[in-house]
Parts: sequence; structure tokens; C-alpha cells
Amino acid sequence: MNYSEKVMDHFMNPRNVGEIEDASGIGEVGNAKCGDIMKMYLKIEGDTITDVKFKTFGCGAAVATSSMATELIKGRTINEALGLTNKAVMEALDGLPPVKVHCSVLAEQAIKAALTDYYQRQGIDPEPIVGKVPECEECHLD
Amino acid sequence: METRQIYADHAATTAVSDEVLAAMLPYFQTNYGNPSSIYALGRENERAVMDARARVAACLGAQPSEIFFTAGGSESDNWAIKGAADALAAKGKRHIITTVFEHHAVLHTCEFLEKHGFEVTYLPVSPEGLVTAQQVADAIREDTALVTVMYANNEIGTIQPIAEIGQICRERGVWFHTDAVQAVGNVPIDVKAQNIDMLSLSGHKFHAPKGVGALYIRKGVRIPNLIHGGGQEAGRRAGTENVPGIIGLARALEIATQDIEGKIAYLTPLRDQLIDGILKIDQTRLNGSREARLCGNVNISIVGVEGESLLLLLDGFGIRASSGSACTSGSLDPSHVLLSLGLIHEVAHGSLRLSFDRDLTQEDVDYILDTIPKVVDRLRGMSPMWETICKEGKRLV
Repeated sequence: MNYSEKVMDHFMNPRNVGEIEDASGIGEVGNAKCGDIMKMYLKIEGDTITDVKFKTFGCGAAVATSSMATELIKGRTINEALGLTNKAVMEALDGLPPVKVHCSVLAEQAIKAALTDYYQRQGIDPEPIVGKVPECEECHLD
Repeated sequence: METRQIYADHAATTAVSDEVLAAMLPYFQTNYGNPSSIYALGRENERAVMDARARVAACLGAQPSEIFFTAGGSESDNWAIKGAADALAAKGKRHIITTVFEHHAVLHTCEFLEKHGFEVTYLPVSPEGLVTAQQVADAIREDTALVTVMYANNEIGTIQPIAEIGQICRERGVWFHTDAVQAVGNVPIDVKAQNIDMLSLSGHKFHAPKGVGALYIRKGVRIPNLIHGGGQEAGRRAGTENVPGIIGLARALEIATQDIEGKIAYLTPLRDQLIDGILKIDQTRLNGSREARLCGNVNISIVGVEGESLLLLLDGFGIRASSGSACTSGSLDPSHVLLSLGLIHEVAHGSLRLSFDRDLTQEDVDYILDTIPKVVDRLRGMSPMWETICKEGKRLV
């Protein structure tokens, strides 16, 4: 597997690993059967994502994309986080091998799942804001 | 502990040994003649290839005329299986028996033949990773053309009852091919005593270079020629011989087979220390039988971690290993071998294969056993799967 130096750096030294005890929203995507699970914890104050942590079971790319995604949304607004695409995560990592593209999709979805949870906790229907977070299998169709 | 560099992937490939390289070198620039040429430089090469053929034959209990050099294990497997299918289809035999956990060189060849009107029986393997001769006997039909069962599995190292299968095939008049790529140099092989009709081997698994292998075809087993052209390999596989490769393969095979008992006696206790040491980690399992197992193979599933991550971290500690996880197989499914043992996907994703040769030391074993728990702790610490397993008190193995 030919990973970029950035992917290897984020795999060997992942940023923001862990949990947030009083998280505003938690999202988990993927499943163990497929070999990838990402769990994303967000701390949101006002409109801003003040803290973000993750836990990932998966390959090098899965860990690296989670790590990069947390860096890209930390300190940003909810809207900016919602605008984060898997492509942006990949570009920030200097690319991924084609068979690993789905890992970046998972990272994007993990953020959306956490934001969905955030809105649900407040009794707000998340779908008009976040959209639908697809089931794990769908990420493999790209 | 100081970082060591340990190559623990001998089942993937091996380094060309000094002795083998020295045997090969003259055939690149000094004795570079074409074995088919008439002058001394050519004749010398012809003699060298003849001599190599005789030495390979001697290591396997075969006749020199029964050894055909190829470009490797996959080519040998393809030739044997497609060749047998082709030869016997003419006699109305269109059934092949194999196992579910063969190497893809065998499985994909069988799948190819299925598209061409052949019927293939894929024998299941036991949870220990073994087939029985009885399973083969029960599957043989009137129209069975070929039985092909691997000698030792490439992932879990389980050794199949080849002599028993060979005897049954001989009694029932069915050709028997074995992919012995992982077995050569690790178990004593005698094609005559074991009633093997065709046997594939690959040089780079035992310190010969990549790109050279051989197929043993018993005298009397007539399969079509593989490559049409000149008269090389008795006209069966045309093309100017890979002389340095062939010389290297012969030398490497002699070295690999000269003291197999000694290798087994040396490596087995080290292997078992590794197995027992890794199994001390909570929720781990040994994949494949411990008894009927190659002396240099360790394959363990570690719940809650993913194989590729494990390999990348181990590489950071100087340990080069392999895994059967989906991520390392380049597909969405983990290894067909691990699934064939009845492992669930979750457990198969966390597999680790270590494969060794004689150069393994006690210090290496200690280092590996010191490193793996650290790496596993780190990965489990960030694994939501492990978190759920612990929270729910589940045991997956």
C-alpha cells in the first residue's frame, strides 16, 4: 500500500484521539464486518465546534482520514463542518490509494452523524440541515 | 528494548542467499550462452540446466525428465490444472476436486474452467484448516479429471494429508496435483512415495530468485504443452531458459531440503513460544491446527484491532509481517482462508501472520513478544469496536 507521507504521519501520530465526556454530539459510522468503524465526538458551543475527538477501528487510511477530518473542523463553525467533503479530506492528506477512498467518505459521514446526534439532542429535525447519513454499505459503492 | 529489524514474512518471499547468488552469478556475464547453441559456451549452459534438472529431481524423488522449469508457482498451477482439464475433457472427464482455501492461482484457475464447462467441487476444510483423504474419496466421481489440494496453506500453514490423498487418487485412477509452494523445504517431499502426479513449486519461497519455479509432471501424465515454440523443456514450455534462475533454484532447493528435520526441530519450539506468548493477550486465537502446521508459521487473530493498522505499527518497530484483513487483501472481504475456518469477519480482520526461517533467534522472539502487546494496546485504546466489546462483556473468540 502506497500511502503518502501525510497519511503515514496522521496514522502514526493521530491527532485528537479519544473521547469527550460531555460531548454535544456523537456519531458512529461503519461496521466491524466491513473492517472500519469511526466514532466522532463533538463539543459545540454556540455555532462553533470547540473540541473534537475520535476513535477508529480500521486500516491506516481510516485512522488518518479520521485524524485529518478532526483537524479540519476543530474551531470551525457547524456550517463549515457540514461543507467538509471526503475530497477535501483526501486532498489534505495528499491523496489516498483508490481502494481507500471509502475511508475518506466514512470520515465525512462520521462528522455528519455526530451533527445529526447534536440536533436530535436539541429536538431539532437534523435531516433538513445535515441531510441523510447513508448506511455503511453505500460508502462502498463509489 | 532496542529496535530490531525482523523479517517475519518468509511465506511472502525470501532473500536470495549468498550461496545461491554465487552459483547464479557466472551465468549472467561469463557463461551467458544460449543452451540451444552449438559452441562450447552454449553447450556448457545446456549441461548446467541438465544438471540443475537432475538435482531438482533428486530433491523431490523424481526423474530428471519429469521436472519442467517455469516462471513460478502460479504458472505451474495454471499449467497443471488447465492442462489436466484439457487432456481429460477429451475422455469425457469434466469434474475437478479442490478445496475452498487454495491459493488464488488454483482457485481462479478452477473458476476459469467452470466458465468453460467444467464442474468443480470445493471441499470445505475443518475449523483446524485441514481436509481429509476421506473427503476426497467421497467426492471422486466417474468423470473426475483431477484432484488438486495444496500441500501446506500459505496463510495458516496447515499441512494436508498429501500421501493419503495421493494414495486414494492413485487407487481410483484420478490425477493428483499439489501446490507445494509453501511446503518445499519445510516438509520432506517424495513424489513417488506420496503418489503425487503433479507438483508446483516456486523458487523465491526458499531463497532462489523471483520469477523461476518448476512443475513436476509424472511420466505417463500427458498434458498439453504450455508454450509453443522451440524445443526447450522437452518442447513442453518453449522459450530460452532462464539459466541463472534455474541454477539458483536448483542450488536453493538442495540447501532447503538438506536438513528439513533440523529446521523443524529448531523452529518449532520458537514458533510455539510465539504462539503461546501472543495468545496470552486477551481475546486472541490461533488460526489453524498447531500440530499439522509448518514449523515457521504463526497466524493469530486479535479481536478489536484491524490487520493493516497492526502491520503498519509493527513495521514501525522493525517487524515485517502480513495479515488477512480486507484492507490488506485489497477487497472488502477478509481472507477466504480465514473465513473458510468459520471465522466471522470481525475476527478475520484482526489477523496477523508471521512466517519464519532458520535465521529466527530467541532474541527476535523476545522482541516480537515484547512489541506485539504494546501495539495491540495502542490500537485497542482507540478502537470503538474494542470499546463496545468491553462494555458489553462480549467474547468473539
